[in-house]
Amino acid sequence: MTTDLQAAGAQRKWWSALNLQRQGMLLVLILIFIGASLLTPNFLQINNLRNILRQVAIIGVLAAGQTFVILIAGIDLSVGNLVSLTGSLAAGFAKINIALGVLVGLISGAAVGLVNGVVVAKGKVQAFIVTLGTMSIAQGLALLYTGGFPIFDLPANFEFIGSGTLLNIPLLVVIMVAVYLVCLFVLRQTKFGHYIYSVGGNEEATRLSGINTDFIKMMAYILSGAAAGLGGVMLAARIGVGMPTMGTGYELQAIAAVVIGGTSLAGGRGGIVGTLIGTLIMGIISNVMNLMNVTAFWQYIVIGSIIVLAALINEISKRYQSAN
Amino acid sequence: MHEGKNPILELHGISKHFPGVQALDDVSLTLYPGEVHAVVGENGAGKSTLMKILSGVYSADQGEVLCNGVHVDIHSPRNAMDLGIATIYQEFNLVPVLTVAENIYLGRESGGALPGMLNRKVLSAQAREVLKRLQIKLDVTAVVEHLSVAEQQIIEIAKALVANSKVLIMDEPTAALSDREVEALFKVIRSLREQGTGILYVSHRLDEITQIADRITILRDGQLIATRPVSEVSTAEIVRMMIGRPMDQQYPAEAHSRGEPVLEIRGLTRDGAFWDINLTLYRGEIVGIAGLVGAGRTELARALFGAAPASSGVIRVQGEQVNLRHPRHAIRKGIALVPEDRKLDGLILSRSVRDNIALASLGRLFKSLYVRDKVINTVAGKYVSQLDIATPSLSQETLYLSGGNQQKVVLAKWLLSQSEIVIFDEPTRGIDVGAKVEIYILMNQLAREGKAILMISSELPEILGMSDRVLVMRDGSMVAEFTRAEATEDKVMAVATGVKEL
Repeated sequence: MTTDLQAAGAQRKWWSALNLQRQGMLLVLILIFIGASLLTPNFLQINNLRNILRQVAIIGVLAAGQTFVILIAGIDLSVGNLVSLTGSLAAGFAKINIALGVLVGLISGAAVGLVNGVVVAKGKVQAFIVTLGTMSIAQGLALLYTGGFPIFDLPANFEFIGSGTLLNIPLLVVIMVAVYLVCLFVLRQTKFGHYIYSVGGNEEATRLSGINTDFIKMMAYILSGAAAGLGGVMLAARIGVGMPTMGTGYELQAIAAVVIGGTSLAGGRGGIVGTLIGTLIMGIISNVMNLMNVTAFWQYIVIGSIIVLAALINEISKRYQSAN
Repeated sequence: MHEGKNPILELHGISKHFPGVQALDDVSLTLYPGEVHAVVGENGAGKSTLMKILSGVYSADQGEVLCNGVHVDIHSPRNAMDLGIATIYQEFNLVPVLTVAENIYLGRESGGALPGMLNRKVLSAQAREVLKRLQIKLDVTAVVEHLSVAEQQIIEIAKALVANSKVLIMDEPTAALSDREVEALFKVIRSLREQGTGILYVSHRLDEITQIADRITILRDGQLIATRPVSEVSTAEIVRMMIGRPMDQQYPAEAHSRGEPVLEIRGLTRDGAFWDINLTLYRGEIVGIAGLVGAGRTELARALFGAAPASSGVIRVQGEQVNLRHPRHAIRKGIALVPEDRKLDGLILSRSVRDNIALASLGRLFKSLYVRDKVINTVAGKYVSQLDIATPSLSQETLYLSGGNQQKVVLAKWLLSQSEIVIFDEPTRGIDVGAKVEIYILMNQLAREGKAILMISSELPEILGMSDRVLVMRDGSMVAEFTRAEATEDKVMAVATGVKEL
């Protein structure tokens, strides 16, 4: 009996990353990929695929951070405007020193995340309202810092982060992949990852198991803020300018990617692989629409429908599973 | 007693199969008007499947349901209600912000000036009429969320009455009620019986069934074992039929040898909950704490575990004074709490058996942040087989385990964390008879291994049957201590209720 159980437990190791609900969305991703390559002949070209990855890299990084927050049954609405703030700060400081710019971007993001985390965990205020507030504050700070004007003429080496390649792979994509690998490891193979799922599944039972749940919650928001900081650096480097409104609306795309990837807004279920799938689904669909010359007006409608449809598919597959 | 009456509900050869399990196998049952028919069985015996078939949640694979002699297909909960079959679940379906009257008539409002408008006066008058039929005094304008569980249950019953239900299915109706509230509920059930309602009464509590039920049906592993008049069958017989083997001893009590003191409490107080508690707990003993609900027992347990810290007083663990401000402080000192509500406070239901068992010990098992699956699998597997936890795999979500197995997972978590003092709060609540005995045997085993056990329970037979010493709390104070030999049900109840001071 014991050995059977251990074998079953050990088996779990590699394939469960693609398990359960995520299988549904993985299938959807594959279908969309096949559909896209049939619809548009240019889709499968290496250049186009590389382009898709480059385009989703920033949202992908934000979504990775957001995954931690949503796994603990929270939400972080501040990340979009935080990209504007951290991107502007990074651009401004990069003019002094590139490394300083990157560092300021990351730290300012993490700092706002810390504020979110403290008010949510210690103040027991609902995450939605806290991050709605810091979303507005971040916008204000970005406008104050820039005076409302774009910051131009960034050092070429800073812009290299956004335009350079490593072994022919865009640096932005390399960063995204690294972020996902680290998150995958953290969520699956560390104590912190176990605690994230536990807090999301049942916070009180986790506290009663001796875990400092407030710390775990604060860390989730700090990670999300830091991810937004990284996103800000990446965006400023890609477009070569720091602008006080450049991240507006990114939070919704990041949250959508997480939800499409099957992570439950109720917390405790889901994961980072799903978020990557969700990010890619959104990226491929908007790429195909661009290739097919679908107007931006219609793109909003299509993306919105995808979000609702994905949430519906996840809900149905959950019901199907519990029926079994 | 039912001669000449036609059954209002008949089930013939009902079978239901789920992947991997035959939940019901050829079960037949008859319910007469004015009958209280108890359905008992261990968890997994098929009680809830049977209930769900009757209430339209599941449909049967085979078999036939007759309502007043007519064949019916119950294909939805709405359909069941239309047929006059009402189910009162353990979780109520009431709107907390509406009044008693509004809840009773929800969806059936009438008498408004215009269609869609409410006439509160008419509604209240109607609701009062219904409650009068149940012989219940309750302010119909009270908002439901301010009412007690017992009162909310009455409202559910009143709703069923308004829906003209002829068959009432009750699922563990007394699970959350105090003794006095149970009495009130039984009064309601008796008056419904006089009015000709047939009641299917699903419960674990055999003593209540012998009080209220006319007939009893026993299920085991999805099969019908027997249907008998309650007056003709003993509790022991019922238990034997439920678990399929004779039960020599419901409480496998054994005398333990007391070791050195491991927990000392002096003048422990938490304002508003308990005052000036003194207690010494020794290795190798089981100490029971009896008392009424609200006597401060759970609060004391939570203070000892650091979950809701005491405001003053001294706690010493193995002679060392400790300050317990968070459960992690208590866990580090070897104190564990198996909480009253395991789904709310004991388990992460969305997590696997292995992850739940390991949760409190990750910090001890792994010095760095990195967690090795192999280690978790090995230790979790060890406790799964040691405690005989029935689960298809270590990665099964605890949501899908039975109550007894869930409780064992909670216990495994604390054994792995190397607890020396285990506090059980209502250790066998909602657990079926067979699994209860297993939990008792485990408690004995822990005591034998030299651990100290503090058991809070509202089931007096459990306290008396298992404890080496019995303490009694009343209104936040420790009012009496009995040895195993001294403790009797009468004595403990007298002190717990304050009828008599010692």
